[in-house]
Amino acid sequence: MKRIYVNEKWCLGCHLCEYECAFANSGLDKMFKLKGRMGELVTPRIKVEGEDKGEIHFAVNCRHCTGSICVQSCIAGALSKTDDGMVVIDKNKCVGCFTCVLVCPFGAIMPSPDGKAAQKCMLCTDNVKGEPNCVKYCPNNAIVYEER
Amino acid sequence: MDTYIPAEYEVVRNPDLCIACRVCERQCANEVHSYDKDLGKMIADSGKCVNCHRCVCLCPTHALKIVKSDDTYRLNSNWSVQTMNEVYRQANSGGVLLSSMGNPNDYPVYFNKILVNASQVTNPPIDPLREPMETQVFLGKKDVEIKRDMEGKLVDTLPPQLKLKYPIMFSAMSYGSISYNAHESLARAAEELGIYYNTGEGGLHKDFYKYSKNTIVQVASGRFGVHEDYLSAAAAIEIKMGQGAKPGIGGHLPGMKISDDVSQTRMIPKGVDAISPAPHHDIYSIEDLRQLIYSLKEATAYTKPIIVKVAAVHNVAAIASGIARSGADIIAIDGFRGGTGAAPTRIRDNVGIPIELALAQVDERLRQEGIRDNVSVVVAGSIHSSADVVKAIALGADACYIGTAALLALGCHLCRSCHLGKCNWGIATQRADLVRRLNPDIGYKRLVNLVTAWGHEIQEMMGGMGINSIEALRGNRLMLRGVGLNESELRILGIHHAGESM
Repeated sequence: MKRIYVNEKWCLGCHLCEYECAFANSGLDKMFKLKGRMGELVTPRIKVEGEDKGEIHFAVNCRHCTGSICVQSCIAGALSKTDDGMVVIDKNKCVGCFTCVLVCPFGAIMPSPDGKAAQKCMLCTDNVKGEPNCVKYCPNNAIVYEER
Repeated sequence: MDTYIPAEYEVVRNPDLCIACRVCERQCANEVHSYDKDLGKMIADSGKCVNCHRCVCLCPTHALKIVKSDDTYRLNSNWSVQTMNEVYRQANSGGVLLSSMGNPNDYPVYFNKILVNASQVTNPPIDPLREPMETQVFLGKKDVEIKRDMEGKLVDTLPPQLKLKYPIMFSAMSYGSISYNAHESLARAAEELGIYYNTGEGGLHKDFYKYSKNTIVQVASGRFGVHEDYLSAAAAIEIKMGQGAKPGIGGHLPGMKISDDVSQTRMIPKGVDAISPAPHHDIYSIEDLRQLIYSLKEATAYTKPIIVKVAAVHNVAAIASGIARSGADIIAIDGFRGGTGAAPTRIRDNVGIPIELALAQVDERLRQEGIRDNVSVVVAGSIHSSADVVKAIALGADACYIGTAALLALGCHLCRSCHLGKCNWGIATQRADLVRRLNPDIGYKRLVNLVTAWGHEIQEMMGGMGINSIEALRGNRLMLRGVGLNESELRILGIHHAGESM
């Protein structure tokens, strides 16, 4: 399965991926309309780790683990794995217990802004972009989408 | 910053578009942008801006632009703003003014006053997409004797040659002046393109020996990083006598650019300024030059061509004639527009001559003296496009060096602040967090794209002239015409004015 991989060697810590992610999942047609709405309308499903002036940065989003602990821990059956290995969430089934948020070793699942369900990266298959927007706009190829 | 000098450029932010993502802030090594918590919005200190456009390019909502400030001194046709600012800077610092990249002043660009011919009716043009079109060139001495062995078979007496797939090479840019990642990009691109890059005078980093087949190593007056393995690794050795951006003076790499790695590669102490002297202290004549050339040839068993690089100066033709007789295989001439990581402003802006005129005169002189085949001629100093390459070859060059164009391909926006060591594009810096911004996987590909694109264009232009190989274009000045040039300029260039036929 094609996955998103990060290469901390090339990550600049510019945080563009977070904004591109938020935009992709916001349903807005222009990015500037995100102005003042981050956190309220949408939150990114990718997060850049590392301090601003620090030496190391890298972007973290769902790793789509084999034997995904989030899927195993979901009490509502909202999280599942597709045939090709992507971990997906069905928001209609999610009861908002956030056990998955607790168990995810990468901190890659988080409550959605309305607080009613969890959200996670689904490789932009759940929005109009169709392919990972963070990868597309990473200025330094620090995030790649490939088969390994 | 000098308080007497107002900001030259102004950072303009469209408040409707800015989403305060702070990418600009994180990407600016000059700390122009910041997020003001009290106001809840981004602000900019234009005084620190060098206009490198990193923030503009990375702003995801295109909320930024940088404009020339309309703040002005009392208008004065005699004292320009720049001249006044330079006085202020010197009054403040007491030092020599430093500048980077090539001479930006308003001198004529002769390439832009030369037009190229094309075939019509009687001599058909050639379509490079359908017919072979040779852009390959060989650089080196061509003055072969015909020798036969006992059985009467020809003996190969051809001196070592450099084989280039395109008549383009990457100019000398030292590791130190540019970053590790910039060097890696150049090296990998040269390898893929079948051309050469040049180490400059900064030595060859141990990681790049694997690209040595496409590496020209430089021996300059500072002799930084020169040792046996360095010489024997290379495809060719270049003796740098001069540089177009600073003819007559040496080099100066500021101590802050001498990192651990740079210090090891150059074989000099860390953090201490690296000064290359103006002359080679062992070269005061063509005979001395000949000694160094033959020392290098001897050290490498006569397997590599030796290049001698000089700046284009007033009597460059006579100098080139001397070099051609000194045993050099290739002469590289660097015009007054050539780039640099740092040069005294006065030298950069006032010394040297245009490469077009220098080239025409060198080629003419070498031909007159019957020694044109002793050497190949490579020209440098603001080759802007494939059209310049075509014109340079028609004026008599064998190949061109590109430096600034290559850096532009890597992201350089010609802010001309290399000497500050804070290049936001990760090119002219050694700061680890900035160097990281240039991913060689992207950089090398962009260089390959650039040269490949130029290669296509060169083929198209040659095809239009009905010429199917670079060999047939070289020195073919009948393919050129001048526009708006005076008699002297036309005579020096050896071309007719547009409208004149043969």
